[in-house]
Amino acid sequence: MADLRTNFVGIKSPNPFWLASAPPTDKEFNVVRAFKAGWGGVVWKTLGEDPPVVNVSSRYGALHSADQRMIGFNNIELITDRPLDINLREIKQVKRDWPDRAVVVSLMVPCTEDAWKSILPHVEETGADAIELNFGCPHGMSERGMGSAVGQVPEYVGMVAKWCKQHTRMPVIVKLTPNITDIRKPARAAKEGGADAVSLINTINSITSIDLDIMAPTPTVDGKGTHGGYCGPAVKPIAMHMVADIARDKDTFGLPISAIGGIANWRDAAEFISLSAGTVQVCTAAMHYGFKIVDDMISGLGNWMDEKGYATIEDFRGKAVPNVTDWQFLNINYKSIAQIDQDKCIKCGLCHIACEDTSHQSIAKLNGGGKRRYEVIEAECVGCNLCAHVCPVPDCITMVSVETGKPYLNWTQDPRNPMRKAAE
Amino acid sequence: MTQSATPDIAAGRLRPDEIAANFEDIKPPLDRKKALIESSRCYFCHDAPCIEACPTSIDIPNFVRMINTGNTLGAAEKILEANILGGMCARVCPTEILCEDKCVRNTSEDKPVSIGMLQRYAVDDLMEKGRYPFTRRAPTGKRVAVVGGGPAGLSCAHRLAMLGHDVTIFDAKSKLGGLNEYGIAAYKTVNNFAQAEVDFVLFIGGISVKTDQVLGRDITLDQLRRDFNAVFLGLGLSGVNALGLEGEEQLSGVMDAVGYIADLRQSPDKARLKVGRKIVVIGGGNTAIDISVQTKKLGAEDVTLVYRRAPENMGATWHEQEFAQVNGVKIKHWARPVRLIGQNGAVKEVEFERTALDDRGRLIGTGETFSILCDQVFKAIGQKFVKDPVNGKAQESLDLVDGKIAVNEDMKTSLANVWAGGDCVTSGIDLTVQSVEDGKVAAHAIDRTLRGAK
Repeated sequence: MADLRTNFVGIKSPNPFWLASAPPTDKEFNVVRAFKAGWGGVVWKTLGEDPPVVNVSSRYGALHSADQRMIGFNNIELITDRPLDINLREIKQVKRDWPDRAVVVSLMVPCTEDAWKSILPHVEETGADAIELNFGCPHGMSERGMGSAVGQVPEYVGMVAKWCKQHTRMPVIVKLTPNITDIRKPARAAKEGGADAVSLINTINSITSIDLDIMAPTPTVDGKGTHGGYCGPAVKPIAMHMVADIARDKDTFGLPISAIGGIANWRDAAEFISLSAGTVQVCTAAMHYGFKIVDDMISGLGNWMDEKGYATIEDFRGKAVPNVTDWQFLNINYKSIAQIDQDKCIKCGLCHIACEDTSHQSIAKLNGGGKRRYEVIEAECVGCNLCAHVCPVPDCITMVSVETGKPYLNWTQDPRNPMRKAAE
Repeated sequence: MTQSATPDIAAGRLRPDEIAANFEDIKPPLDRKKALIESSRCYFCHDAPCIEACPTSIDIPNFVRMINTGNTLGAAEKILEANILGGMCARVCPTEILCEDKCVRNTSEDKPVSIGMLQRYAVDDLMEKGRYPFTRRAPTGKRVAVVGGGPAGLSCAHRLAMLGHDVTIFDAKSKLGGLNEYGIAAYKTVNNFAQAEVDFVLFIGGISVKTDQVLGRDITLDQLRRDFNAVFLGLGLSGVNALGLEGEEQLSGVMDAVGYIADLRQSPDKARLKVGRKIVVIGGGNTAIDISVQTKKLGAEDVTLVYRRAPENMGATWHEQEFAQVNGVKIKHWARPVRLIGQNGAVKEVEFERTALDDRGRLIGTGETFSILCDQVFKAIGQKFVKDPVNGKAQESLDLVDGKIAVNEDMKTSLANVWAGGDCVTSGIDLTVQSVEDGKVAAHAIDRTLRGAK
C-alpha cells in the first residue's frame, strides 16, 4: 500500500487530508471525532481577540444539483465565537492526545503588529504545529478591516507574514483569498514576507439565491441577507486554476501549497497534489456527509497510487504542473474529433442538438424507419468536446486524435498570427 | 362453511375496511420530493422517442423539465394543450408500451423515467389549485353535436369550444365520462376523478350537456345533422361479444364483465356487491384483467383467467398481466371454453378445451378438456360496435369497415357533416389516449370545415 504520510513545511501527518478552518474544527468535540475517523490533520477554526464575535442565524446557503445534493455552499459565519482561552486549552489537549496528527491554528486579529505579536505566544504554548493566517474570510470580518480586507492588499499580506515570522518559531501558512484579480500577487507577497507556505482558496464572494417570496438573499437573517463565502464542488475549478498559477509562477515556484476548494474525494485530492499541493484541506464535503468520507479518500488515493506505481505522495506531487501552459503555447496543428460508440449510444440526441443549435453542425441525425442514429460528420468536426460533455453515457463519446502529418506549431510561431515574432 | 347446492355468490366477503383498502389508489401520487428526483432523471432528449410514442404527442421532455424547475403549472399546461384528459391518461395509459417503453433510460439501465406518474403530478397540481389554462376564441356561431361523452367526445367538445364553436354533448348514460366513468378499474381512478375531469373539461364554457339521450331512441343522426352544423360521433362500443355456448343467456352467473365493472364503479358501497367465491374469467384484454383483479379485491377466493393463446398475444400488457398475478389471479393460457355446465339454472362449471397452433399457425382445439368449478363466469372477450342506432332508419348510411365506422385521417366519416372517433372507428388502438387524439383531430377538421363554409 502506498505511503500517504506527508511532511508539509515540517508539519507531519499520517495522510494529506486535513480539515480546513471552519465549523467542523471549531472545538475539541468535533476535532476528536475527526481524528477518530482518520483525518490527518485539522486547521482549527480561526481564533481572534476577545471578546469573541457574535454569529447570526441562519448562516448557510446552498446551490443544489437536480438530485438535491449540494454542489455549491455558502456561509456568513464569522470566526470562532468562543472565548480565546477555551479554544487554546482545547487545542493543547487535542495536540497532546493526538501527537501524530497535524494541528494548525488559524488566526485573525486586527492588522497591527501588537495584535499579532500578543496572540502568537499563546498559540505557541499549546504545542500546535503551525499557524494559518486567515486573510481570506470575505464576509463580516472584512468589514472590520480583517480577513479578505487584508488578503486583497499584497503589501499587507507580506507585512503580517513578516510580523508573524518575527514573533514565532511556528511555521506560518498564509491563507489566500480568491477575491482578487491575480492570485500570484498576494502569493508573491506572502513569500517575500517569509511565509513558509500558502493555503488556498478561501471562499468566494457570493449570493447563492434569492428567496422570491420574501425578495431577500439566502441565508436570510430577519428579512435581509448579505454576501457570503462560496465553497463546495462548484469552486474546485477556480481553486485549481489559482493553485496552478502559483505553482508555475517563477517567483513562487516551489512555495509549499496546502490546497483548498471543493475537495470531496480522493480524486479531487490527487488532482490538487498533481498541481503541487502538499496537503489538501476539506470542509464542505465533511459538512455535507460527515467525517466518514475520509475513509474513501485514504483508500482511494492509496489504491490509485498503487495502480500507478507511486510509492509516496512526493512521487506524483506537481507532476501535472509542467503541462499547465499558456494558450499561446498550445499546438495549433493538433486535431481531435469526436467518436460515438454506437453500442453505448442510447439515442437521446443531445449531442446532435447541442452541435446543431450551438456549435458546428457536425453530428448528423439519421433517424427513420423506427431507428435513431447519430453520426459524427468528421469533415466538419472541430474537436470542441461539447458533444462528449453533454452525452449522459460515460465513455460513449470520446475524442480521438487525428494524424495531421503537421509538426508542433504554437501561436507565437503561426504565420497566421499578425503579432508573431519574426523568426531569427 | 358447508358446500351449498346453490352457487356461492355473496356480498361482504371482506370487511368494509378491507374492501376500502383494496380499492385504494394502486399507484399513489408522487410527492414533491419524488417528483423532483424522478424528473431529474429525464435527459431532455432531442426529438424525444417518448413523444413519438404518445398518440397525443405530448412534449414530454419539456413538461418533465418544467416540473424539475418548479414550474408545475407550466408542465400541466403543456400536457393539457396536447391532451385535455392528461390526468386520466396519466392514470390509465399503458405507459409500459408507449412513452416509457421508448425512454432512452431503458437502454442503459432498464428503468425508464416514470412519465405517467410525473404527468399525474403536474395535472393534479393544476386541478387542485383550480387553475384553468384555456380560454375560448371569439364565438363562431356554429353549433356542433357531439354524441357520446367519453374520452373522444370530451376531447372533441373541449377543443371545439376552445376554437369558438358551441357544442352540445349527448350521452346515453346519466353521467359523462364514458369508460372513464363506467369502465376503468376503480383503483386506477379513485376519488371520483373521472367526474372531476369532466367538470374540468366543461369549465371552458360553450358546452351544453344532454344526458340519458340514446341515439336511435331519443335522438337520431338525421335530426342532429339537420339541427347542427356538424356532428361528432364518439359512440364507443356498446355491444359485447358472446361465447356462443349453450346456456350463455339462460344460466345465472354468466355475466358480461363490462356490465359488472360499470355496476362496481357506480356502487356507493362496494361491500354490498355480490361476488362469487370461485370466478372464471374468459378473455385476454384489459377488461379481463380488470374484472379478475376487482373480483379478487371484493373477496373472491379463486379467480382464474383463461385465455386461448400465449401471454404475448394477450391484449393486456405484460405489466397488466403481472399486476393480476401479484393480486392472486391465476392465468391459464392455451384453452378455450367449450361448455357451460349448470345446476338448478345456475352455472357451476366451465369446460375448456386445450388449444394449440397448427402447422399454418391457426388456433386449433387439441380435443383434451378440463373443467373449472365456478360460481360466476365473466365474459371479457371484446366489445363491438352496434350500428343500428346510427344506420337503422337513417336516410343516408355511414360506411363501415370491419364493423366499425370508417373514417379518413381527419376522422371524417362518409357522411357530409359527420366526423367520428374513439373506439367506434377503425383508427389506431383501443386506448383512452387514442380516443383523445381522435377527438382533437376531428375538432380541428370540423373547425377548418366550418370556417371554410363561412
